[in-house]
This record gives sequence, structure tokens and C-alpha cells, in this order.
Amino acid sequence: MKFETPATQNPIDQMKVIGRATDRIDGPLKTTGMAPYAYERHDVASGQAYGYIVGAAIAKGRITTMDTSRAKAAPGVLTVLSTLDHDKPLPLGMMNIAHLYGGAEIAHYHQAIAFVVAETFEQARAAASLIQTEYARDKGRFDLAAAAPSAPYEPSGSGADAKDIERVGDFAAAYAAAPVTIDQRYTTPGESHAMMEPFATIAGWESEKLTIWTSNQMIAWNKGSLAKALSLKPENIRVDSPYIGGGFGGKLFLRADAVLAALGAKACGRPVKVAMQRPLMINNATHRPATIQRIQLGATKDGKLTAIHHSSTSSNLPDGKPETAIAQTKMLYAAPNREYWLKLAVTDLPEGNAMRAPGEAPGLMVLEMAMDELAEKLGMDPVELRVVNDTQVDPGDPSRPFSQRHLVECLRTGAEKFGWSRRHAKPAQVREGKWLIGMGMAVGFRDSPNTKSAARIRLEKTGRLTVETDMTDIGTGTYTIMAQTAAEMMGVPIDHVKVILGDSDFPVSAGSGGQWGANNATSGLYAACVKLREQVAQQLGFNAADAIFADGKVSAGNRSVPLADAARSGPLTGEDGIDYGDIVKKNQLSTFAGHFVEVAVDAYTGETRIRRMLAVCDAGRILNPKSARSQVIGAMVMGAGAAMMEELAVDKRFGYFVNHDLASYEVPVHADIPHQEVIFLDYPDDKSSPMKAKGIGELGLCGVGAAIANAIYNATGVRVRDYPITLDKHLEKLPAIA
Amino acid sequence: MKSFTYERAKTPAQAAAAVAKQQGAKFLAGGTNLLDLMKLEIETPTHLVDVQDLKLDRIERTDEGGLRIGALVTNTALAADATVRRDYGVLTRAIVAGASGQLRNKATTAGNLLQRTRCPYFYDTNQPCNKRKPGTGCAAIGGFSRQLAVIGSSDHCIATYPSDMAVAMRLLDATVETVKADGKTRSIAMADFHRLPGDTPERDNELERGELITAVTLPRPIGGTHLYHKVRDRASYAFALVSVAAVIQKDGSGRAAFGGVAARPWRVEAAEAAMTQGARAVASGVFAGAKPTEENQFKILLAERTLASVMAQAKG
Ligand SMILES: Cc1cc2nc3c(=O)[nH]c(=O)nc-3n(C[C@H](O)[C@H](O)[C@H](O)COP(=O)(O)OP(=O)(O)OC[C@H]3O[C@@H](n4cnc5c(N)ncnc54)[C@H](O)[C@@H]3O)c2cc1C
Ligand code: SF4
Repeated sequence: MKFETPATQNPIDQMKVIGRATDRIDGPLKTTGMAPYAYERHDVASGQAYGYIVGAAIAKGRITTMDTSRAKAAPGVLTVLSTLDHDKPLPLGMMNIAHLYGGAEIAHYHQAIAFVVAETFEQARAAASLIQTEYARDKGRFDLAAAAPSAPYEPSGSGADAKDIERVGDFAAAYAAAPVTIDQRYTTPGESHAMMEPFATIAGWESEKLTIWTSNQMIAWNKGSLAKALSLKPENIRVDSPYIGGGFGGKLFLRADAVLAALGAKACGRPVKVAMQRPLMINNATHRPATIQRIQLGATKDGKLTAIHHSSTSSNLPDGKPETAIAQTKMLYAAPNREYWLKLAVTDLPEGNAMRAPGEAPGLMVLEMAMDELAEKLGMDPVELRVVNDTQVDPGDPSRPFSQRHLVECLRTGAEKFGWSRRHAKPAQVREGKWLIGMGMAVGFRDSPNTKSAARIRLEKTGRLTVETDMTDIGTGTYTIMAQTAAEMMGVPIDHVKVILGDSDFPVSAGSGGQWGANNATSGLYAACVKLREQVAQQLGFNAADAIFADGKVSAGNRSVPLADAARSGPLTGEDGIDYGDIVKKNQLSTFAGHFVEVAVDAYTGETRIRRMLAVCDAGRILNPKSARSQVIGAMVMGAGAAMMEELAVDKRFGYFVNHDLASYEVPVHADIPHQEVIFLDYPDDKSSPMKAKGIGELGLCGVGAAIANAIYNATGVRVRDYPITLDKHLEKLPAIA
Repeated sequence: MKSFTYERAKTPAQAAAAVAKQQGAKFLAGGTNLLDLMKLEIETPTHLVDVQDLKLDRIERTDEGGLRIGALVTNTALAADATVRRDYGVLTRAIVAGASGQLRNKATTAGNLLQRTRCPYFYDTNQPCNKRKPGTGCAAIGGFSRQLAVIGSSDHCIATYPSDMAVAMRLLDATVETVKADGKTRSIAMADFHRLPGDTPERDNELERGELITAVTLPRPIGGTHLYHKVRDRASYAFALVSVAAVIQKDGSGRAAFGGVAARPWRVEAAEAAMTQGARAVASGVFAGAKPTEENQFKILLAERTLASVMAQAKG
């Protein structure tokens, strides 16, 4: 189905199932431990052996020798693989920058260099420690701040359109002329996905056919990448990933666990399972890159932005990509004069790559702090400053309207519900005992990308429906919204729908990432349901256009037939996908939020405690308010981590992230998270898809960090521009204690 | 993890003898620290002597009116004990500020005292670390040292000792009781129990090989308001950046001990004379001679302000 014109009235608009707060259908399985994650799929292949990954002990250089003989001789060991078995790295998978395995070169710390397979996990681990590796160290580059001044521009656009600096109007002149300006430098640190489930795979071969039971957000990418890495035909690979214990972008791409399990299984002739050891997770894989950003804003006295400069420098391994921290600034506020650039330094730290809301998350942490600073300088309410600078068209191409943009309503609603009017504009004014109290707000913004997605749905003889697609549920609630979509379209109760996900033998979906999963995957299923409805109508002698699917029956005029009757002589299958025409290019499809936060800062110790959080979200039709809310509050927790504690600590001598486990890389715990409230405006967006929905999974993170930072400032009067805002950064400047 | 043998001792003397006789043997109590370290091959004992059957799990009155806490009393039981809560409240507060409910259910008094540092380089066997592997150097000096010691450190090690419980015990003038392989017992004042690194950072404390902790005794209660304030980067489930244990009397006099700043609970009795003059006066005495790194110098101000907070709280 091609989506080329705005959606009209369709069966989803009935909202009998869609739009209702629905418990996750996988919830009971997960809370009772019955949903098997990759490492726990004991039944899929018999004789599973255990793998253990050895990571490089240096960050840059090469292996001179590796002695695996003692490991090979250790009890229970089936095979020991060495990166030196390959004279060069295995081919890169899609979107990977760092090679996953093979060859003597070490490009980053904890790069996989060996793999031990044994009868038990303990034997594999014990044998791994017997491997003796010698290295020749190279001097690496590990310091973003040191590399930044000489970092080259990362041009925007491509070919002849490529520009180092994107310019609209004359920024320099407008900034110089502006009556009110701010000019600040900000930093955001590297962050880790820190998902609960580590990378994990079981691999098994049947002659030349390889199956991996794994944990991955993007099944088709993973299959294609594994085929490349192992030089296999894609049709000889099956990837199965029905349950995923979090990914946040860390599981978008092929990782070493899958490659090594496949190689290990081949070498020992048995299925091999491996979960990457937690201490390896952070340096072996990807992280959100650190940034150094600068923002200059010029405004008229009544707060109209006249000049915007936003630039950001990040670093990556050679051939890596920058963190696009300026992306949202191009879309959020219009000013006649603007300039943007990115620079990209080369460092030899582990690979930087996508983490939930890549670009927007660190970009908004900075932009929305700068807006707070400008509001203060203007003597203007921060909410009003955003309202004054709202735009209904893409500032970069005013011929493109936003399909919808209810940002102002988000802000007004939020301000009212939160009691924003009680905020003191002057910071450090409110005390409750030893606590300094402050309120802050920020705008959230994130694109809602449209991308192809397919599915198939089968009407069984019993009248029950089975949905199959390679779409994934990374803990987001995909199973449930897919079931809701099928139930709505086919007119059956939700418990008549079985949803099977994550299998590469099924139609290729959008996958989970970039908050594109829900809208596109359900739209793909919508298309498949339309196909199935046509077949059902034909089978039952209805005109598909007139037939009404409701209450387990198909009806038209005064004739009504049970849906199941259509499959009496055999199951019927509808298979189709959604594909998008120009409509999603002519309109800018984005999501918006207003974040409001109240914090208390201990006047003695500088410890920050969040007291209340509110997000008001504008993200099209909300398919399932319950799971959508979970997405938003989960993202707000992640934003709290980013604002207050998360930071990959770089050892600039040895070139690695020192705090590489969950004890030392601190993410929020329950005690850090107070009352959270979410309000959805819930406006169906007919230019987005037949579902009229948009993404929600990343919006909740976008801007929340700045709202917290602004609240801390409002409490203390100390502006900290280097995230995370740990107590040491404002302690000295806190108001005097009585 | 290296393979190891395992036995369960029946009496304290037997346990001590079993560990003394075999190079590489260790006691195993709750296992919440030792087993983690074994999995990471930071500790590689060849033999474990499990002490859980030693019946050292009682809390009893001493003849002097104090309290004798068996080495195997769990952190949960100790924190919940009615006498402890009434007479030694700072100890309860310190214990419940540490780890999690599940861990405290397993963790024992002796095991807690002997938990090892949380220096991140100690945890990464690829890196030099004098405490883990004597003579290899100290990766933390010149590295990521935000969490590490500001005082009492040496050119060989700047690690901190992470226990919360021990800070309160130091404050309360506790004594560690032990038995050695030959059956001889001794008492070690908490003040002398943990060692500063000097040039042998691999030795965390004064215990000899095979010396078993049997109990920790507390002297008579000293009254006053008992407070423990632990400051960290998140609200719970993290080790202290700085912690303050204090007992403060009505007249403002009292004692204070600090956690998260050194290789042992840090208390300078002489500085406590200044308690009535305020936190700054005390802190300047406590941290005289401090040698923080650039990354962790904030801890000195933080310690002072945390003490000020505790003093204000005691005033009510
Ligand atoms: C996730 C996590 C978070 C934590 N957070 C905190 C925290 O915030 N604050 C805090 O203070 N602690 C914290 N801890 C540490 C915890 O308190 C210790 O792990 C625990 O107290 C150790 O007690 P155990 O009985 O399990 O010791 P074990 O692990 O059994 O033993 C520890 C050491 O003591 C030795 N030993 C045990 N008993 C004796 C004995 N009777 N005589 C001589 N030697 C003996 C062992 O040989 C071993 O070397 C945390 C631990 C974890 C895992
Ligand atoms: S501070 Fe001590 S524990 Fe840490 S690396 Fe140095 S020697 Fe090892």
C-alpha cells in the first residue's frame, strides 16, 4: 500500500481497541519469567555449549602474539578461536564502524580478540584467563577536548550541495545588532545504553544454514550484516529475536556476540550460546558520543529570535559519524539569520553511534538550556519565549509545513497543570528547610520518521488471527499495539489475535529504532489487514468496500456472517506493507513536548532530588495510552540520568571508559525518580500514516535533561553548563548556609 | 574463575587453622564481595573455608555494658536489632545506607569490615594496580580518581575503603576480636584495624593469614543524637562520595567520622574538640594534610558541608 495522500476515515478511526489503555499482552509472560530471552532459549537447539569473549587489554595497537594452548588444554574446552585465525577483520556489517572481529589490529579497548567455547560457562571463563596475549601499543588519541580545535568540519548535505557551514541570512551581522544576546559553551559526556539484557546469542548450524537466536532491534539489518561478516548467502541465515531486554540503539546493529557464537558453533559442531560479559559491554560496543557545543542567540527585546548559531564537535573512530546535536535547532525555532555546523574529530575511543534520540538528546540538553539563559536575560518567562518563537513551517524550507505542531498547546497545558505560575523568575529564592527549590521547563522535539514496513496476517479456521512480521518488541509494547491494530481492522477482540515477532522468515518491517517502530509497523499491518479484508469479503460474497468488520462478524446491508466462515476451507492470508510517497517529504512530521520539572537541591551538600516531572506530548494518535505512557516515563528516567549522573569516564592515557559496569556507570534508581505525569494531546495526524500515529519512544527523552538543569539553576542560581550536573560542579557556589 | 576446593568449618579455631595451613585459602561468609571478585579473577583463592556454621551469629551484652556482635550477624539483623537501634543508632543508619536489602540479608559483620575497595582500576585486571597485583603501579594516580582518597593515601595507592558500617563502628570506638590458627585470640581497636596503603597497599588491614574475626564489640552507649549522612551521585545504591557518621550531644560536643575519603574510616579525635565551633573548625583539623587529586578535591568541602548539615540536623 502506498501512502500518498492524507488518510481519510478508516476502520482504525472506530477506536474500539486502538487508543484504549491496554495491558501488554506479553506482560504476564515477562512478570512470570516465561518470556525467554536469547540466552534462555534452552529448547531451540540441543547440546548448547557456552562461549566466553576475551576483550583486548589495550585501546590501540596490534597483537604480536597470542598463546591459546593452555586454554585449549583446559577442562571442558571445545574450541578456542583467536582473532589471529583471520589475517584481516571480517567484513563490516551495515552501519558498524569498528570491526567486530578478526586480524591483529586493535582499534579500541575490549575489542573481541578471542572466544572460548566449553561445556560449561565456568569452564569457558576459567580457560579464557589462560590465554596469553602480547601487544605492541600505539599512541592513541583519546581526548575530545584536545582534538576539537583541529577537528575538520563534517559537511551537511552531499555532493555539490555539501556545505561546511549551513547559513541562512547573515548571522554575524544580526547577532552583532541584536539588543539581547547570549553566547555559551556547553558539554555533554559520552553515555552508555546500559540496557539490562546484555548482547546475547545462541547460534546453530544445519549444514550450510545458520540460525541465530539473538537480541536485536533490527532483524533485516542484522541478517544482512551477519551474511556479510561471515560471507554467507542471506537466504542461509535465520535471525530470531522475539524478546529483547532493552536496546536503546545499542542493539540496532550486528554485534560480536552473534559473530562469535556463529563461528564458535561452526568450529565445534554444536550450538553455542554467549552473553557478552557486563564489563565488556561498554567498551566493546557503541556509546552516545560526547559533544562540545556552542550556542549564540540574538533576540529583540520582546524575545523574537533574530540570530541563532549552534555548532557541535564530537569525535569517533576513523570513518565514524558525528553526533548530530544541531538537528533539532534547525527545526525548532525560526530566526531570519542562522548558522550551524558540525565538526568531527578522530579519536581511538570505542565506536560512537546511535543511542535513543541520537542528536536531539544532547542537542536539546544544550539548546534548551541556552533558551533558559536567554529568557532570564530578556526578563521573560521561559514558556513565553518558546511561544513567541514557535513556527508552523520548517524554518529551513518554509514551503514545508509541519503536518501538525501543537507545541504551544503542550506548553500552555503543561504550564497550567504544573502550576508554573508559582515559579520564581529569580533563582535561589525558594527554601524549604535545607532544600533549595526550583522549577524548570524545556521543549521536547523529535522527528517521526516514515519508513517501509510489511506484515502478514492469517485468518485461521478457528476464526483467530495470527500476525507475523520481523518487527521487534524491545520492551516497548509492540506486541500489544500490533494485536490492537489487527483486532480493530478485523473486528475481533484483542485476545483473538496472536502476534509473532522478530523472525527473519517473516515480512520485513521497520524494526525498532529512531521512534519509527510503532507508527510504521502498525501501518504495515494495516495494509496487510486491508488485503485480508478483501479476501474475506470475496470469500463470503461481500463487496469489500461495503463490508463492516465488527464483533467477529462481517456484515453489509442486513446480511451478517461470522468472520471464521471465510476460512472454512482453509486459512486466508493477507500480506502487504506500507510505503510512503512524497506526502511525508512535503510535510515535516515531528513530535513535540513540553517538559516541566521541580527539583530540590540540598543547600549543604548540593545533592539534587527531583520532586515532580510532567511531560505534555504531541505525537499524533496515541495507539495505546498505557504503553505510550510507559515509553515516556521511561525516557524521562533516562533524561534524569543524563542530567544528573550518567557519564562515561574517559581514561585519556589508556584510552577507554573506566566505569564500564553497572556499579560504576550510574543510572537512576527508584529513589531518584519521583512522581511522573504524562499528558497526551492525542491529535490524529492524517499526513503521517493510515494509523494517524507518530513516534513516541524517544520524544520523552528529548528536552527533559534541560528541564532538570533549568530547574536546578532556578533552585540554586548556579548555572552548570557541563553535564551531568553532579554536586561537585555547583557545591562551591551554592548560597551560603546559615 | 579459577577452580577451588571448599570446606565448611565447625569451630572458629578449626576455620582459622584450615586457612592458615593452605596458601591461597580464604574464609567465605556471605560471599557478596568475595564471589564477585572471584568471578572477575581479582581474587583467586584455591580453597574456601565456609564459616557459616561457626555459630557466631549472636548479639549479646558485654560485662562492661557494651555489645558483642558476632562476626556472622548479618547486616540486616544488626541494623534491626532493638538495642542497636536504641543505643547505637548511628550504626543502624550507616548499615541501611549501604548496598540493598537483598545484599544486607547475606552480608555479614566480618565480611563487611573486610570488603575491598571499589577503585575502578582495581576492578579491571588489564590495568596496573598495586593493591590487586603488587608492584604493577597505580593506574588511578593520574587517571579517573573522582571517587578516590583525599587523605592518608600514598604514591602507591589512593583507593578508598568503601564500608559504611565501619565508619559508624570507628565512631563508636569498636574493637575487632579475632582468633588465630594457634587458638590465640586478640583484640584490635577499630582505629588500628584498617591500614593506610603506604608501600604495601595490598594489605587492607592488620589481620594475619588465617586470622578469623569472631566478633566486633562496642563499648557502653554514649547517648547523644546519632546521625549518618551518606552523599553520592544518586539517591541510593551507590558507594559514598563522602559520608559522615556523628554522635552529637545536647551541648553541641560530640564526635564525627568520615567515609569515602581514605583507605579507612577517617576520624581525628583531636579535631572533635572543635565540634562546638562548627563544621569548618572540625573539618580543618580532620583534613589537615589532605592530598586530594584535581578530580576529587571537592570532597573536602563536601565533607565539611555534610558535617554542617548533620550538626544542624542534630540541633533540630
Ligand atoms: C551491588 C553491591 C552494592 C554494595 N553497596 C554497599 C554500600 O553502599 N556500602 C557498603 O558498606 N557496602 C556495600 N556493599 C558491600 C557489602 O556490604 C559487602 O559485600 C558485604 O558486607 C560483605 O559481606 P559478606 O559476608 O558477603 O563477605 P564475603 O564476601 O563472604 O567476604 C568478604 C571478605 O571477608 C573475609 N571474611 C569473611 N568473614 C570473615 C571472618 N569471620 N574472618 C575473617 N575474614 C572473613 C572473606 O575471606 C573475604 O575476603 C555492596 C555490595 C554489592 C555487591
Ligand atoms: S588506587 Fe589503589 S586500588 Fe586503585 S589502582 Fe591504584 S593501587 Fe589499585
